[in-house]
Amino acid sequence: MLAPVTHILPVTTIQRERLLPIPGTVIARRGQKVSPTDVIAEANLSPEHILLDVARGLGLPPAKADKLIQRRVGEEVSENDVIAGPASLGRVVRTPRPGKVVVASGGQVLIEVASRPFELMASISGVVIELVADRGAVIATTGALIQGAWGNGRIDFGLLNVGIKAPDDLITADQLDVSLRGSVFLGGYCRDEAVFAAAADLPLRGLILPSMEASLIPAAMKMRYPILLTEGFGRIAMNSAAFKLLTTNEQREVTVSAESMERMKGIRPEIIIPLPASGDLPIETETFTNGQQVRILRAPHRGQIGTLTNVYPGLTSLPNGVRTHAGDVHLESGETILLPLANLEVLV
Amino acid sequence: MATSIVNADSMLAIDVGAVNTRALLFDVVEGKYRFLARGTAPSTAVAPFRHISEGVHLAIEQLQNITGRTLLGEDQRVIIPSQADGSGVDACVATISAGNPLKVVAVGLLEDISTQSAQNLASATYAQVVDVLSLNDRRKQAARIDSILRLRPDVIVVAGGTEKGASQSVMNLLESVGLACYLFPEADRPEVLYAGNQSLTEEVKSSLESFSFLHLAPNLRPTFEAEQLGPAQAELAQIYRIVRSKKIPGVQELDSWAGGNLMPTANAFGRMIRCHSRFTPNPGKSALGVDVGASATTIAAAFSGELTLGVYPQFGLGESISGLLSHTTTEEITRWMTVEVSNDYIRNYLHNKAIYPTTIPATAEELALEQALARVVLRLALRKASSNFPRKPGAAASNLLPSFDPILASGSVITEAPTRAQSLLMLLDALQPTGYTSIWLDQYNLLPALGAAAAVNPLLTVQEASDVIPLGVVVSPVGEASYGTPALRVRVTYETGDTATKEVKYGALEVIPLPAGKNASLSLQPLHRFDAGWGQGHGGSVKNVPGGPFGIVIDTRGRPLRLTNDPAKRRELLKKWLMVVGG
Repeated sequence: MLAPVTHILPVTTIQRERLLPIPGTVIARRGQKVSPTDVIAEANLSPEHILLDVARGLGLPPAKADKLIQRRVGEEVSENDVIAGPASLGRVVRTPRPGKVVVASGGQVLIEVASRPFELMASISGVVIELVADRGAVIATTGALIQGAWGNGRIDFGLLNVGIKAPDDLITADQLDVSLRGSVFLGGYCRDEAVFAAAADLPLRGLILPSMEASLIPAAMKMRYPILLTEGFGRIAMNSAAFKLLTTNEQREVTVSAESMERMKGIRPEIIIPLPASGDLPIETETFTNGQQVRILRAPHRGQIGTLTNVYPGLTSLPNGVRTHAGDVHLESGETILLPLANLEVLV
Repeated sequence: MATSIVNADSMLAIDVGAVNTRALLFDVVEGKYRFLARGTAPSTAVAPFRHISEGVHLAIEQLQNITGRTLLGEDQRVIIPSQADGSGVDACVATISAGNPLKVVAVGLLEDISTQSAQNLASATYAQVVDVLSLNDRRKQAARIDSILRLRPDVIVVAGGTEKGASQSVMNLLESVGLACYLFPEADRPEVLYAGNQSLTEEVKSSLESFSFLHLAPNLRPTFEAEQLGPAQAELAQIYRIVRSKKIPGVQELDSWAGGNLMPTANAFGRMIRCHSRFTPNPGKSALGVDVGASATTIAAAFSGELTLGVYPQFGLGESISGLLSHTTTEEITRWMTVEVSNDYIRNYLHNKAIYPTTIPATAEELALEQALARVVLRLALRKASSNFPRKPGAAASNLLPSFDPILASGSVITEAPTRAQSLLMLLDALQPTGYTSIWLDQYNLLPALGAAAAVNPLLTVQEASDVIPLGVVVSPVGEASYGTPALRVRVTYETGDTATKEVKYGALEVIPLPAGKNASLSLQPLHRFDAGWGQGHGGSVKNVPGGPFGIVIDTRGRPLRLTNDPAKRRELLKKWLMVVGG
């Protein structure tokens, strides 16, 4: 059976394709070194237009008004420029804003006005290895990679400060003091909105947590720094692999790419720690087999890591009566439990 | 690839869902079509594969292993037609529900009429209306154009203008659509479905054909009073196929295997419900189909062969579930749970499920919550769908379910519940049927396959339609009384001639055994002005009542079903009901 995979790797080659959702302008160059917040491409995702009713403005039928339009499609215009006319009594039509003419016919002129483009960030430190025409680039680096469960959509980077001693610790606002300013903070489970406000006040460059209460999502979405959960919602301890990898990399530069999970595109929230080492590209596809290290995605034992010791053929009944493909997972605590394969991710 | 399929024997049906891809094999056995086996694999439309073919091949390979038949050739394509050595199949049909809902902009003249009809049309497939343009729209034309450009819809549905009605207003609205379509890069232009005043068809074509992928359908609103969605629904299903083919790799190939007849799963499901309403043994009765899936909850109701189809992605149990609390409350969910959980527990669960939509409940608590969610999403979807149910002229709107027979249910949360009792109770609690009905489970996801097959092999569809699993018949009288008041007298006459009589009180849920394979006649006499489907206080009888795992269920718990506000008492009552039906 096909197995979903997750990457928690101390060193690997990381390649990320960063693409605009619509055609735009690629700013990056092949071979360019980029940092996570460098803009590599931009596009106008929210175009703005003004429509000038030239026929009405000149008091003429559309066909006659068209003959008095002075601008061509593609032409740049400045504020107050004459667009059409003069007609009788010297009537003209002017543009109230600068922009570019995109349509000029039927007695109307449509002008695209300048608007702030969407800027696509690199999201990782690395080197541009490939350009994708009009859309973006592929960026590569090597280092540690920890994939998470949820993010608030922001990206940033900074030195990592570790604020937890155990995977099931709790984060409180008073842990965030001025010495942490400008850093990325690894904290515990969060149940208090005040933590986010305290982080914003410093400010922090990122917050990595194992979990938080779902009721805090609206507050987290308002923060301008990335917030990334490695496990999900509710009180869930950080999985031991991520805990070990993060706590042993304190004071290293870390990128927090807290993008929302997009399953169709394969986008996940990720933590990347660039390291001067070489590694292979991680495996992306797997099938469930005995001996694999797995992470548990749902209760019971959510967030824990274990070893898949026995994949049962066919369907197996769980204690709650559900019949499904299942296997035995040997936990780090020494316990072995029966779990649905659907609730496991293979660590590769 | 396409062969003559009129006399096809064997058929392969492939369904690509959000979570699972299924391959079903049908063939002629002893002169009758039979469902033989099913292969299942995780769907691979999402990363890392981002191509449905991996999941399709795995499902077919599993089917090959089960049946011992070779279905895939060396080129990894389905072998069509079947060969002398037994390999291959004579026909292939396919359905799909995987992928994000289509983004739809609905355009019409008046909000309550044509614009509403455009939105009703969108709700007949996996779609989400992201903007509505109408005459009531106060935005300037440039703002409407910008909205369309920003939203990048997959489809723009244009309604408006009854026949011989408004024309200039329609063309004015179309100007924004046309300009927006013109400004899109060619590869990103949306599909446009025009289903308005037919006298404008040529003008619409000349305005839009050059800048969009234009589709035409008969007027959604030929008169103010009449709404006709059927023809436009068929066109929208084609558009769905086209958009999926463009956006999800592998869909185009699957469509070619199906001879260009790939269908949205919900439409195929609806087609089967319509078939059931046409061939029901109870004339005058309507058929209801419900499907609770990861992509959407679907309600298909067929009245005298006319289908009303509602597809609600916002009520799917997969990625969209994190938005459920914008339609309901945690209290509405906990009302249906036999275990006590906090509101935070529910919020956390919904968001975690949205992150990992392919996971399943592995604890008793999470199973109880999942089944409570199934009830809630079904009720929400039914409420929306029922606003489009036909109503007798002059009749007031009712919050009760019209009388349906049969009711067919699909969706793993229902069909793969640990016990059939849990399946039955989920359906009774969520749908709250009235009068006499029979409830069936589509355990093997046959209905969409049969619906897709209906156009190519009607005989298979008719012969296989009975292969859904019967749960039992349910009698639910409607009325009000104090708890404990006698509500219904039931006399069962068995094939042996023996009879059994039972008086059921208001507030009860009772089971009268009638094993599968046996038949009986029912005589029903409502008491104290209850209505069992023949009018208040009027009795009736039903012959040839089929047996099933639950025999005859008498549900006098009340319609609508009102649960006590005391949480502890309510949990006890829910547990008691589950025990009554064999928990």
